[in-house]
Amino acid sequence: VTDRLDLPEVTWRRVSPRYIVVDVVGYIVFGVIMVGAGSAVAYFVSIAWLWFVVAAIAVVFAVTIALTPRRVRSIGYQLRDDDVLFRRGILYQRFVAVPYGRMQLVDINRGPLDRLLGLSELKFVTAAAATGVVIPGLAEADAEELRDRLVALAESRRAGL
Amino acid sequence: VTSFTDGEWHRLHPLTPLLRGGITFIAILGFLLYNIRDILIDIVLGGDGRNGEPLVWLYESQYFWLAVLAVLVVLGAIIVGYYLSWRMNTFRITDEVVEVRSGIVFRRNRKGRLDRIQGINIARPFLARIFGAARLEVNVAGQDANVKLDYLASASADELRREILRLASGTRVAEAQALQAAQLDDTGQPITRSAAAAHLIDQRVSELLAPELDPGLAAPESVVQMHTGRLIGSLLLSGFSVFVLLLVGGIAWGVAATGSYLFLIGVLPTLIGTGSFYITRFTRSLRYSIAGTPDGVRIGFGLLSTSNETLPPGRIHSIQVTQPLLWRASGWWEIKVNRASTSSQKGAAGQANTTILPVGNLDDVRKVLALVLPDHVDDASVALFERGMRSKGGDDGFVNSPKRARWYLWSSQRRNGFAILPGAVVLRQGAIWRQLTIVPEARMQSVAVSEGPVFRAMNLATIRVHTVAGPIAPSLSAVDRTQALRFFREVADAAISSSSADTSHRWRSGEVTP
Repeated sequence: VTDRLDLPEVTWRRVSPRYIVVDVVGYIVFGVIMVGAGSAVAYFVSIAWLWFVVAAIAVVFAVTIALTPRRVRSIGYQLRDDDVLFRRGILYQRFVAVPYGRMQLVDINRGPLDRLLGLSELKFVTAAAATGVVIPGLAEADAEELRDRLVALAESRRAGL
Repeated sequence: VTSFTDGEWHRLHPLTPLLRGGITFIAILGFLLYNIRDILIDIVLGGDGRNGEPLVWLYESQYFWLAVLAVLVVLGAIIVGYYLSWRMNTFRITDEVVEVRSGIVFRRNRKGRLDRIQGINIARPFLARIFGAARLEVNVAGQDANVKLDYLASASADELRREILRLASGTRVAEAQALQAAQLDDTGQPITRSAAAAHLIDQRVSELLAPELDPGLAAPESVVQMHTGRLIGSLLLSGFSVFVLLLVGGIAWGVAATGSYLFLIGVLPTLIGTGSFYITRFTRSLRYSIAGTPDGVRIGFGLLSTSNETLPPGRIHSIQVTQPLLWRASGWWEIKVNRASTSSQKGAAGQANTTILPVGNLDDVRKVLALVLPDHVDDASVALFERGMRSKGGDDGFVNSPKRARWYLWSSQRRNGFAILPGAVVLRQGAIWRQLTIVPEARMQSVAVSEGPVFRAMNLATIRVHTVAGPIAPSLSAVDRTQALRFFREVADAAISSSSADTSHRWRSGEVTP
């Protein structure tokens, strides 16, 4: 019996380590805004305990940022014969299997930092909103090749809803 | 004889503007006629003393003829406008799509693909029923993606639905023609103009008195009818009634404690609202029936305004049978489903139209499950469903949560489990609020297993089956991790094999016809 969720038969493909930069920068920007806004409120209202709240927010962001490399390493996917397997998360783990025939469309998103680093984010959309499979940090060329392949696979396995 | 499915453009019922304008139109007309009648009486009898009224004042002022002209122009414009909008509103049905064009200045064109039809709804509001008209709505997968045809002649709405479903089912052409010929023979000549005029009153009355469900439409053993006593009971034994009782108790206490009746004035509107809530729910669920027809499950209801909907096979994405605690003693159940379309038409009891059985006993549930899950009517599956509903748990065909999950599921650990049938996944939950969820494998979109830090420490995991959005989100928490992973692997494989074998988007295409 293993002590965590695992599918030992699967060899996961990992996302680019450059994605760590994107994620870390995103969290730093968000964290600075949150802590800055909190500090401003605490300063002008001058309620002492508000500073503790600000400090707590800062600590949460610091921990999140420190764990980013591990979190990015935990993202994995595998294209099997008839479906895509996806996993992510360290503390809260999640595994999803999506049959190709169920894909309604495949999105490619690229934020400003993604573009600088030559990365793309691939999003699978099925008829169920809860599927929520998003693979970030793929090299641009890989993402486009993957999309074309997935669309072709989905087309050949097309079924009703 | 016009067949709507000849691929040509057709128009809607000529009374459409009147029916769409509805009561407002009639009220304005009535008001005008009433006043004009009074004026005419005054003219003839030479009476006076009605000086206060605006129309009388207008009649006596110098602008009278100008006003008459203005009214005539406006009336003319409205009539021309309605006439044009009726003329420009056309529809056609081909082998692939149903298409509607509308709008005078801004043209709208909407196409719905026949193989994506999720259901066809025919509603007959009371006013429309008097005129023998009906509203037909083709539900296509997606939000607000419905193709509406309002209004059609009542009989042709039924025929049109039959035709659309026949085209959508993928029946081969030769068979279709034979079918069409047969239909013309047994329905006789569809109403010609003169015959219709002669029998108009007769026909309206018989239509109004006809049973909601045409007895020839479905095999009687498949029909589930709403029991009136049970309907009343289910309304009284609802969460809403508990709330009302608490409210009434609170008011009584307030009156007794303060000795003043001021409380009553404050809550009077609430009480009236409560009464109308019960009455609406009751009348809307009267004459409720669910029946199996060759082209899918038909759900119909309504006393004055009637509505019925046909769901072709393979359009139901998951099914949930629940029993609220208050219904335990009487053994009643409710059945909900997830569907890929949203209909603008409300379901029975004014509930969302995802509730396909508002209340029923075990026997009704058995029949409805057989209708919505035609592949699982064998004894083993039926017995499993029943254990899923009523069993106290234990080793009875379900893989249940282990004992160590007791801290999390303190009452339902023994019942909390799953079973995998060929073609469907069955999840059982809840000991107080019993719940059974069935997801056909051919309809599931994806499957997931997840685990948080607390569950990890206990070797537990949560499994989820994703289906289209609806009232049901099938999931099962606190499953043994090894079992959860087994579920994940098996269901992921089964989803692929079931969906590739599934042909229900053209549900009759598999049938070979000579």
